[in-house]
Amino acid sequence: MSTTTDRPALARAAARRLPFGLTWGAAISLAWVLLMLIVAVSARFLALYDYDQIDLRGRLQPPIWLEGGNWRHPLGSDDLGRDVYSRLVYSIRTSIFVAIIGTMIGAVIGTSLGFFAAHFGRLVDEAVVMAIDYQAALPFMILALAVVAFFGNSLYLFVAVVGVYGWERYARITRGMTLAALGQGYAVALKVLGAGPVRLHLRHILPNIAGALTVCLTLTFPHVILLETSLSFLGLGVQPPQTSLGNMVGFGRDYLLTAWWIAICPAMAIFMTTLAVSIFGDWLADRLDPTLRE
Amino acid sequence: MPFRVVIQKVLRALLTVVLLVTTVFIVLRLTGDPAVALLGMEAEHEVLEELRRKLGVDKSIPEQYIAFIGEIANGHFGRSYLDRRDALTTVMERVPRTLMLMGITMVVALAIGIPLGISAALWHGKWLDRGIMTLAVAGFCLPGFVIAILLILLLSVTWGLLPSTGFGTAKHLVLPVITMATHETAVFARYTRSAMLQVLSQPYMRTALAKGLPWPRAVRRHALPNTAIPLVTIGGFFVGSMIAGAVITESIFAWPGVGRLFVTAVAQRDLPIVQVIIMLAGVSMVVTNLTVDLLYGWLDPRIGALLAKRMKGTDR
Repeated sequence: MSTTTDRPALARAAARRLPFGLTWGAAISLAWVLLMLIVAVSARFLALYDYDQIDLRGRLQPPIWLEGGNWRHPLGSDDLGRDVYSRLVYSIRTSIFVAIIGTMIGAVIGTSLGFFAAHFGRLVDEAVVMAIDYQAALPFMILALAVVAFFGNSLYLFVAVVGVYGWERYARITRGMTLAALGQGYAVALKVLGAGPVRLHLRHILPNIAGALTVCLTLTFPHVILLETSLSFLGLGVQPPQTSLGNMVGFGRDYLLTAWWIAICPAMAIFMTTLAVSIFGDWLADRLDPTLRE
Repeated sequence: MPFRVVIQKVLRALLTVVLLVTTVFIVLRLTGDPAVALLGMEAEHEVLEELRRKLGVDKSIPEQYIAFIGEIANGHFGRSYLDRRDALTTVMERVPRTLMLMGITMVVALAIGIPLGISAALWHGKWLDRGIMTLAVAGFCLPGFVIAILLILLLSVTWGLLPSTGFGTAKHLVLPVITMATHETAVFARYTRSAMLQVLSQPYMRTALAKGLPWPRAVRRHALPNTAIPLVTIGGFFVGSMIAGAVITESIFAWPGVGRLFVTAVAQRDLPIVQVIIMLAGVSMVVTNLTVDLLYGWLDPRIGALLAKRMKGTDR
């Protein structure tokens, strides 16, 4: 496109603008994320079979668009005759829930520690900063693998470990922005008026830094999904008979030669979801806090 | 960088290593009885006691901790529970293979990612930029194991071009390197682009153009060297992400490196091996981060001054 057509092009783009200033990419991504959330919530109604219902006579059936596929198993069946579509739906539920809960835990821990560091200062601050540096110094996956394997493989523990991921990012942002906020007029005024630290931080400072934290949340979410699915893929995360997108790919990997759909369907679900959240997160970052973007 | 800042950085790094050793001790020693894990719940009491004594886990926790520190200081990380070989040796003999994978990945990621990022910045807002950034986001979001599965499906299973597992020839390197490099390339492309965009908007670029320097020359002489500085800062992040990537990639492609050893050791609860690998990963990260910090301060003296100011406790 030559430079002379740039302005009319911009004007046209402005004319067909989407609500909330959404870009098309962000809108489609948001739609996909919402779809995944709906699937996660209503997995029970969407699934055709139970995720562990075995049908040994209908093993390794191809999806409907391939020769020999039929509507009994729209996305084919796996080595035990379990319906890939139903398993996919339940796996999306597990992975999305683990990721959401995990992200929330990290956000709450990180934000609280950030507040503590900023409020108490001195030794508490030093300790939190040290912990942040320390966490950032160790590849989280190594840590998670060790913890999960050594404490055993309960789902709760796994969620907790996944939840710890990324806390240091929230802590860093919260601490920095709270320190800045504490020096501003409104915080000083509130203190003078006698507001307690809890009220000051939660009712007044938190809303002011919520934008940055939301951006951090959306940008961390894909990483949490990747962490959960990667560990489950290695067989060290969500354990069978529970199913998650990662362990579906892990088991499907042995059948790439004969039944590639077992692995490819969940793999695509992971990719689309992380991609959608990332695109939406980038858009949100631009919208809420242009300075945060690297 | 002022000397005081350097000293503080080195001390911080040392403290991190000590913390790391302590965490490893806590996590690995207090999480269950290795004797039971090895022999099973049904084992005879005397046999269990005997094994506990052998492994040194029958003493009190503080005693174990002191013994642990002493052993590590002397380079003794214990023997593998499974084959009784020295854990450090077992891990170290696999390090070259993992480093080889990482080294090639790094070269590939830098050689592709940086030019892509620079082109995207130079054609900012044009289709080339959008195309590169779309690819970068996609590459960033594709998990390593998904890339690996797709590669195996296409290149090994369907077309039979490359081996999907093993180690030895150059052919064995192709799939693992593509798997690992995709993510890193995407990160570099993205980061280079934003660093470059920042540099391009600096006043000195305007000055260079205003004094009549042709655009290509201004980019080559002024923009590129200044873009290189912020790139140094993601060195630590880069090493960390490659370590995580190696764990997945080596497991999938049966690459006999440290990452695969880690996964098998974790699955079999082989504590000494896991300890060595965690510490190795942690120390590599600490050393990388320290190097990055010092290098950054040396490359850009403004940073050193800023850090010195921060140390006085004014800024975050």
